[in-house]
Amino acid sequence: MRKFVKGNEAVAIGAVYAGCEMYFGYPITPASDIAHAVAEYFPQLGREHLQAECETGAINMIFGAAAAGKLSMTASSGPGISLMQEGMSYLAGAQLPAVVVNVMRVGPGLGNIGPEQGDYNQAVKGGGHGNYHSLVLAPASVQEMCDLTMKAFELSFKYRNPAIVLADAVLGQMMEFLTFPEEMKVKPMTDGWAVHGDHETRCNLITSIYLDNELQERHNWALQEKYSAMQVEALAESYLLEDAEIVLTGYGTSARIARSAVDRLRDEGIKSGLLRPITLFPFPTEQLQRAALAGKILVVELSNGQYRDDLLLHLDRKIPCQVDLINRMGGNMMKVKDVVEKAKKMLREGSQ
Amino acid sequence: MIKRATGFNETFDRREKGTKATHYCPGCGHGIINKLIAEAMADLGIQDRTVFVSPVGCAAFCYYYFDCGNVAGPHGRASAIATGVSRALPGSVVISYQGDGDLGAIGFNNAFQAANRGEHFACFFVNNSIYAMTGGQMAPTTLIGQKTTTTPFGRDPVKEGYPLKVCEVLNQLQAPVYIERVSVADTKRIMQAKKAVRKALEIQRDGKGYAFVEFLSPCPTNWRMDPVTSAEFVTESMEKVFPLGCLRDRSAEHAPVPNQIPQLTLSQLFGEGREGKAAEVDPAFKEKSFKFSGFGGQGVLSLGLVIAEAAGLAGRFVSWLPSYGPEQRGGYASCSVVVSGHEVGSPTVDDPEVLVVMSQPAMEKYYHTVRPGGVMVYEASLPCPEPRDGVRVLAFPASKIAGESRTPKAANTAFLGALTAMGLHGLPEEHVLAALDASFAAKPKLVERNRKVYQTAFEWSTNNF
Repeated sequence: MRKFVKGNEAVAIGAVYAGCEMYFGYPITPASDIAHAVAEYFPQLGREHLQAECETGAINMIFGAAAAGKLSMTASSGPGISLMQEGMSYLAGAQLPAVVVNVMRVGPGLGNIGPEQGDYNQAVKGGGHGNYHSLVLAPASVQEMCDLTMKAFELSFKYRNPAIVLADAVLGQMMEFLTFPEEMKVKPMTDGWAVHGDHETRCNLITSIYLDNELQERHNWALQEKYSAMQVEALAESYLLEDAEIVLTGYGTSARIARSAVDRLRDEGIKSGLLRPITLFPFPTEQLQRAALAGKILVVELSNGQYRDDLLLHLDRKIPCQVDLINRMGGNMMKVKDVVEKAKKMLREGSQ
Repeated sequence: MIKRATGFNETFDRREKGTKATHYCPGCGHGIINKLIAEAMADLGIQDRTVFVSPVGCAAFCYYYFDCGNVAGPHGRASAIATGVSRALPGSVVISYQGDGDLGAIGFNNAFQAANRGEHFACFFVNNSIYAMTGGQMAPTTLIGQKTTTTPFGRDPVKEGYPLKVCEVLNQLQAPVYIERVSVADTKRIMQAKKAVRKALEIQRDGKGYAFVEFLSPCPTNWRMDPVTSAEFVTESMEKVFPLGCLRDRSAEHAPVPNQIPQLTLSQLFGEGREGKAAEVDPAFKEKSFKFSGFGGQGVLSLGLVIAEAAGLAGRFVSWLPSYGPEQRGGYASCSVVVSGHEVGSPTVDDPEVLVVMSQPAMEKYYHTVRPGGVMVYEASLPCPEPRDGVRVLAFPASKIAGESRTPKAANTAFLGALTAMGLHGLPEEHVLAALDASFAAKPKLVERNRKVYQTAFEWSTNNF
């Protein structure tokens, strides 16, 4: 089945097909349509939707539902996601699976409701207190808003770790054709760790406290090992990279702009390509290092360079590569032609 | 001889292998309250289906003791977690155990709202008028004049407010089934507390709703008193501010039943959808970018949607992106539509090939963005703009045509007819009309009227452009 739907609606549809059983949220633009859709879908499917009293309430309701082994999710944006950070840290510490969708808006503070990608560090580097990571998936189309929401549940349960779907105001509000998933996902088994309120799970305990330093350190090392093991899940899309002399890179909406720029550059006979990370944690390091052999990378992003900074960390320092940035903030988008110009400038300067 | 409480683990191995001692200080009320809950849980035969949510604070380690499912989360959020657990596990017995800082300060709203929703759990609230584990700071329930590490001169109500009477506050709410305040300062009071615990858990066993029990409980360590003096402080000072007794008991009434919502299957919910084939790559199709702009309410977003739907029916790749002001009504509105023979890159349109303008501000904002070789079609009643090199400018009387067809709101449909007549969208008319009809699926009466407007506009454009 295909339908023309909003990105936010696609998230809710993905949640339905992932088998998400419980949604707790608090309204905020530009993420509210997700709650609207869930509030309509879930009760009619015998699933739970509750508008919480605040984001701290919502994320802790998620904690409770996840502790009970349910597929649960919430969605919010900037300020609301900030309020959830303590809860995210507890989810990570207690190794609970849950999906948190961030339809990024403009910050800092109240900012505005336009698109920005300023929550990169918050999402990818942990965001709350302590040594933890969330899985981070970055959709770039309405189809991926659905598909990666489903994938987020899958990975979240596989690793018993919170997963973030990092979208933005453009992806949330835009409409494209969505091909619906074929079927519902099978619910993962949770008897081994969750608290089901029955005899079999009576001895299970969900907590993130380890009073003993040694035990806490062991727990921390185990978490780090888990984060390393996630590396196999790294995903990126490569577009026309084979012969590219310059690589444009960005995620989400920025990647869409970069893709148009690549097309225009190709129309002018300039060999350019696009590397689009689909997972931001784990970072697609290998794919990046292969692409970096082109020698020139232009980062396209809607923030002060947070993704660029992370990209620099993942480059192979032994291989020289010029990295430049074109970015906008405040809800503004970079124009395709400006990206094209910047790429050409990099190529010109390189040949001097 | 003191009996070992049932409902507890045999030994507290989560604390220390083989130990039978709790971590509570001598004279602390928590141990007594823990025991009352554990016994009631075992006696009522609900142990397997009980989930205990621990707070942060002295009772953070309840999971050492209770032989049932245990969940421990952040400070103040036990009521929110209990909400999640009880909704996840209908039929289970959920306990939220919280202290006065946890429930009365940082987590008050979560506790209060859970009570107001009548969540299905028992909330056990331990009021010892002080933060204990963190080092004896002021709690919301600290008595006036009481010295704590953060009120070294005694709590001054002018600066720090008054002791928070949680039972009395919750008693203003409609939903709670049971609210009682008890004390564990002496044997007689403990016996009453025991009954209250049992009642609260029976209410959970029977699925009746929210139950709240507040315990006045001594904290000799942080009060800097011996256990006997502490017990006297509870009875003589705390009870004056927090009188004991049952504020509400509706446990004999039937539990309220939620409204029934009709249940659907996935296919009933999502319908059949237009099965239109998936978009196909067509290098021969030249990408087209549109901007539709005007005031909110003029239907510019719908006009873009019809084009987008038609493009989908035609097997093209397409994106639609709205942009509007913060006003709910009447502000500016525009949408960008990209129709392509391959995957759409940027959904934003910086330099449209086709610009439709329905208001003066939109003209001012977008006219100069039209790419060379592009077209602007604008509402003819607006002032004629200065000519631009390489940009075709067409005045189209959309409002007049819609008005004369007695469907004045359909000026957007008139533009659609004009775009088709001019070949500006490059989409087969059958798909455009199908998309137009479908956009009025909820208002069948408007289908014919819009078709008429479309046709008139089509003919006018064919004759005049």
